[in-house]
Amino acid sequence: MSKNPHVLAHEHEDNVAVVVVEDLAAGTIARGVITADDSTFEIEVKADIPIGHKVALKDFVEGDTAIKYGQDIGRFVASVEKGGHVHVHNLKTKRW
Amino acid sequence: MAIPKTFMGYRRENGRVGVRNHVVILPVDDISNTACEAVAKNIVGTLALPHAYGRLQFGPDLDLHFRTMIGTGANPNVAACVVIGIEPGWTQRIADGIAKTGKPVAAFSIEQNGDLKTIEKASRAAKDFVHWATELTREECPISDLWVSTKCGESDTTTGLGSCPTVGNMYDKLIPAGITGVFGETSEITGGEHICKERAIDAEVGERWYKMWKAYQDEVIFAHATDDLSESQPTKGNIEGGLTTIEEKALGNLEKIGRECRFIDILEPAEAPQKGPGLYYMDTSSAAAECVTLMAAGGYVVHTFPTGQGNIVGNPIVPVVKISANPRTVRTMSEHIDVDVTGILRRDMTIDQAGDSLIDMVVRTANGRYTAAEALGHREFVMTKLYRSA
Repeated sequence: MSKNPHVLAHEHEDNVAVVVVEDLAAGTIARGVITADDSTFEIEVKADIPIGHKVALKDFVEGDTAIKYGQDIGRFVASVEKGGHVHVHNLKTKRW
Repeated sequence: MAIPKTFMGYRRENGRVGVRNHVVILPVDDISNTACEAVAKNIVGTLALPHAYGRLQFGPDLDLHFRTMIGTGANPNVAACVVIGIEPGWTQRIADGIAKTGKPVAAFSIEQNGDLKTIEKASRAAKDFVHWATELTREECPISDLWVSTKCGESDTTTGLGSCPTVGNMYDKLIPAGITGVFGETSEITGGEHICKERAIDAEVGERWYKMWKAYQDEVIFAHATDDLSESQPTKGNIEGGLTTIEEKALGNLEKIGRECRFIDILEPAEAPQKGPGLYYMDTSSAAAECVTLMAAGGYVVHTFPTGQGNIVGNPIVPVVKISANPRTVRTMSEHIDVDVTGILRRDMTIDQAGDSLIDMVVRTANGRYTAAEALGHREFVMTKLYRSA
């Protein structure tokens, strides 16, 4: 069986991770890797998430900040549960 | 992998080295495109560069027009250049600017001649240039003579994970070997400006960089902004690929300058570097064809282009090397991708290995291998315009 990861996070501080396989289905216990040091984690995916899109690594409520690359990438404008799909429907830039 | 010490290029009159050997037919203005295209049809081995501008421009916008025209003709990938304009004044100004490199240049203007006489005279000059250029041969040149630019496009989350760090690894290895590099995309540093500023060689360059970045924010973005910049930053393609915010896009973009590189100076759009080898920042648009055109006019001879969703851009005079880590893009658009780094996402290829494979492809491209964009005929030549013409 393949040991390739389903999702990748950049840094340990990151609270979202990127889906790097096609057709990741809700209910999958996804294998995750943190690229900074190749450490591994697992996350149960709660939605069908397309390749390249993000999965929440914790529960978020409106006003929370998403962290990726160890940096602020925007604020949540809707709540999303751990394992949920993070994108333009619940995350917004703080810039414009 | 040992860094290659040499590549095979065309040593030009001014000492710069080209990796292609074009005879360019350059229109000064929009209405001279037709004559230039006619010359390029008459004479095999020439290349017309039609564009939309060159009339009623003034001030810094006109300066940029001249800089782009002269820089394009002066690029070492161009062996010789025929310049055609509607009137002799600006035509000669551009021809003289290109001729400072020492390469053969001929200028023709259309008023008091008409298209047909101009096309005949320019075709004869172009034919002489082709005979001359086709006898030039490549010679072994030190790797430090290579000028390599970068800009990513149709980015997604895989570019920040894979293809951009691949370019960064290339720069971390080749900048110490003495090459000249450049990155840019001013709007697309937004969210990572604190990181970029710190990557300047010293505080003075960092402050100048920040002032330049802030000026675009204040004078252009906030003067015209709509929500999410009308789905232009991030673009619709970026969003389809999973990028949600400009901050996320910027942080991925900045992976292109690696871990070690420091930029030594800030270039105006289409400006040639003046401070010797090293990494430069050029104040450019993030639109692919505009940015690559400006970097080519700055004198860069190979472009490295990470893409996630599959930007297909090319350039008429500079080979554009495409790198992708997105397995869906590599599967569905394989004809556009030169370097497949999908292994980074599978964790069976390291960034170090990916960087080596890009360096290998950059050198093979410099030696003469056609890129995917060249083989497919992509020749996007797009001038940047700063404001409305008079």
